[in-house]
Amino acid sequence: MSSTIDYSQELSVVEGKPPLRSIDDAIIKPLDSKPDKKYYMALAVTISMLGIGVIGLALSFYYGTGLWGNNNPVGWGFPIVNFVFWVGIGHAGTLISAILFLFRQKWRTGIARFAEGMTIFAVMTAMIFPAIHVGRPWLAGYLMPYPNQHSLWVNFTSPLLWDVFAVSTYFTVSLIFWYVGLIPDFATLRDRTSNKIKKIIYSVFSLGWRHSNRHWQHYEMVYLILAGFATPLVLSVHTIVSFDFAVSIIPGWHTTIFPPYFVAGAVFSGFAMVQNVLIFIRKIFNYEHIITLDTLEKMNKIILLTGMLVGYAYGMEFFIAWYSGVQPEQFAFVNRAFGPYAWAYWIMVSCNVISPQLFWFKKIRRSIPVMFVVAVFVNVGMWFERFVITVTSLSRDFLPSSWAYYTPTLTDFAILIGSFGLFFTLLLLFTKTLPVVSIAEVKAVVDGAQPSHKDH
Amino acid sequence: MSEKILHSYSGIFDTPDEIIHAAEKTVEAGYTKFDVNTPYPIHGMPKAMNLEPSKLGYAALVFGLSGTLTALFVMYWMAAIDYPITVGGKPFFAFPKYIPIMFEVTVLAAAIGTVSTMLFFFFKFPNNAHPLHDTSYMKKVSSDKYGLIIQADDPKFNEDEVKVFFASLHAKDVEPVYYDMEDINASPKIYDKKFIGGLALTFILVSGITYFTLNKLMFMVPFNWMMYQDKLTVQEKSSVFPDEFGVRAPVAGTVARGFMPYEFPNEPELAGEVLLNPLVPTEKNLALGKKKYDTYCSPCHGDFGDGDSRLRGQFPNPPSLHSEKVRNWSDGRIFHVITMGQNIMPSYSSQLTREEKWATVLYVRALERSKNAKESDLK
Ligand code: HEC
Repeated sequence: MSSTIDYSQELSVVEGKPPLRSIDDAIIKPLDSKPDKKYYMALAVTISMLGIGVIGLALSFYYGTGLWGNNNPVGWGFPIVNFVFWVGIGHAGTLISAILFLFRQKWRTGIARFAEGMTIFAVMTAMIFPAIHVGRPWLAGYLMPYPNQHSLWVNFTSPLLWDVFAVSTYFTVSLIFWYVGLIPDFATLRDRTSNKIKKIIYSVFSLGWRHSNRHWQHYEMVYLILAGFATPLVLSVHTIVSFDFAVSIIPGWHTTIFPPYFVAGAVFSGFAMVQNVLIFIRKIFNYEHIITLDTLEKMNKIILLTGMLVGYAYGMEFFIAWYSGVQPEQFAFVNRAFGPYAWAYWIMVSCNVISPQLFWFKKIRRSIPVMFVVAVFVNVGMWFERFVITVTSLSRDFLPSSWAYYTPTLTDFAILIGSFGLFFTLLLLFTKTLPVVSIAEVKAVVDGAQPSHKDH
Repeated sequence: MSEKILHSYSGIFDTPDEIIHAAEKTVEAGYTKFDVNTPYPIHGMPKAMNLEPSKLGYAALVFGLSGTLTALFVMYWMAAIDYPITVGGKPFFAFPKYIPIMFEVTVLAAAIGTVSTMLFFFFKFPNNAHPLHDTSYMKKVSSDKYGLIIQADDPKFNEDEVKVFFASLHAKDVEPVYYDMEDINASPKIYDKKFIGGLALTFILVSGITYFTLNKLMFMVPFNWMMYQDKLTVQEKSSVFPDEFGVRAPVAGTVARGFMPYEFPNEPELAGEVLLNPLVPTEKNLALGKKKYDTYCSPCHGDFGDGDSRLRGQFPNPPSLHSEKVRNWSDGRIFHVITMGQNIMPSYSSQLTREEKWATVLYVRALERSKNAKESDLK
């Protein structure tokens, strides 16, 4: 059947022509029905993972950060690797909800809500890491410039502070964007439910939305404005994350390619993660006609594109290192590929550059098991990319006498596992508490949902 | 029924084409206070309803720009005016380095501001008491139908005419929508006991938690580990050394960096002969000398060295520095007094470095010269 797809004209986003009420039914069903066994099993797994992370964190707080592998000269280690990884995961959500919106890509409607949710959860997960990495997170309030007893202000020239602003702005704006999208859906839920408590909750969050077209007009404008702001915002966030590295003078970090390279990598890993999770969601909740195979295929194309961008960046880094004629720079890259961390480097290259090449084949782009595996590889590869960047450069900088091999500890791994646990627990709870597909937006793109516009 | 006031008449349509048509007709018929409710935005509806384009773009512009300027001003004031600190040799007002934060604050302000303007100012939300809520009309347009209402406060509103009008549009389920008198007369709930109680509870909880965190938690294990560390501080007793002193005396004969002992502690005359002032009276050296003299010497010797102290008899007044004796002293001799003190004048060695002492001497010389200028100085 895959060979009969006609790419020459735009496909309808939602398969078939479902009656609008059936869309309500399909999307709201998980909220109204008791979760089944599979759900509880999944939740048990994610909560156990979260529990492992909590133990890791509790131990770290009690005994101190000495439990981690971080030490001189690799002061950044796992916390920063995980931070960059999770922030990157978040980027796909904003890309889908904002950038694809600006480009009028209708296929985004089915997945936008979910992807935005993933953005929020990924950023929440990410924010844990810089907070614990400062050692005493209960003093993290000092990161904000507020009048204090030391009459000191924060250092506005430091990329680490830019990060504080970028990530917190990103989180806030994503949350607002998400909530604005949810308001009409809350109203629909409010008008459907017969449960009293749910009704109160939905009423409060719907703010009294009336589906008025006098409101829709402003609403669409706000959506456009938010998308317009979120687009440069999402690019700025990973740019600023890359500044954490690029503004320093460590060989391998001090390069101007970092911002675009990080953004491409973030979109790459984010799409892989969204694709992975959506494959489960559409199966479990029977959303195959809303989150269609065509949508997944389009995502795979983006994974292929960004994968090649990332591959180009890997190559360019080597070229520039050689071309610059700076010895420590050249050494840093030879050391990456052939030094003590060569294993990590080659995992990264094979996962990120080689495995997405499979997506050149239409059969593979449209085969769910294969695309799932490829996307898992991409996620593994992108985690290793951050590991390679952070650890190899720090472990061997200018001064050979201070070189050391970084080895993460069990606690490091516990916290990493915990971060996945937190992310997936939040996602699972999300699927049962909020509509994971935007009801209003999907209705608007069903065939026949818009007037035929005989006059224009 | 008698206590209910008519809000509007509502009608339901099945297809988007019909609702667009109905909206156009309503405008043609001259109604202005009407609304169209649909489960999702319908393309072309603002035009059909004759609505003005949304002005929210201006709100975004204003909020965004004020975010940019606030960020710029705040950073400039904090980093260049209130507490300037040199970071990496950059200027205090390092504009390029402020751009990322200016951008972030712009986006933040614009997003929060625009959305709030729309929700709270344009829509007057939250409003769960609107008469349309909980009507069967609302339940339909919330899901899969398209609805039109014409409000009773429209100047052209006439119950019978509106019914005929709806019939001409082939609307279904034409129904009146009523205000509930109770909702209208409901007084604000701010003085409600529950609300006040909730507020008080929040207050107690928040202050309690804050108090606990700052005054108790920070002093508990493990949060206090940074504060109480396994090391000796200056005045502490040591159980390791037999003399029980925490601070160890340096090995005999060692000299700390920058603390060269003074060569002539008991030989003022020799010092006067041997020591030469390495500084020349440049503007910079005299400025340094004046600063140090004003700080350390003027309380006793007076601003101009006349011996008129500001200590009001709490300390014996020193002799004038303009005496023939001091004027005839060499620079080295004055240096000796500053370094070792003289009778009841204490030593200033711990306050002044070698260089600062010599600069002070230069300034004393300048003061002396000002009161006993030579003929040649006047030319
Ligand atoms: C605490 C008050 C006090 C301060 C501060 C002080 N002096 Fe004196 N100084 C005196 C007194 C009192 C004498 C007279 C001591 C004596 O009886 O020989 C004196 C004596 C002198 C003499 C010798 C004058 C003489 O005729 O024998 C010189 C020179 C001198 N001070 C310079 C300085 C300089 C330079 C400073 C600043 C670094 C300074 N003093 C700070 C109290 C002070």
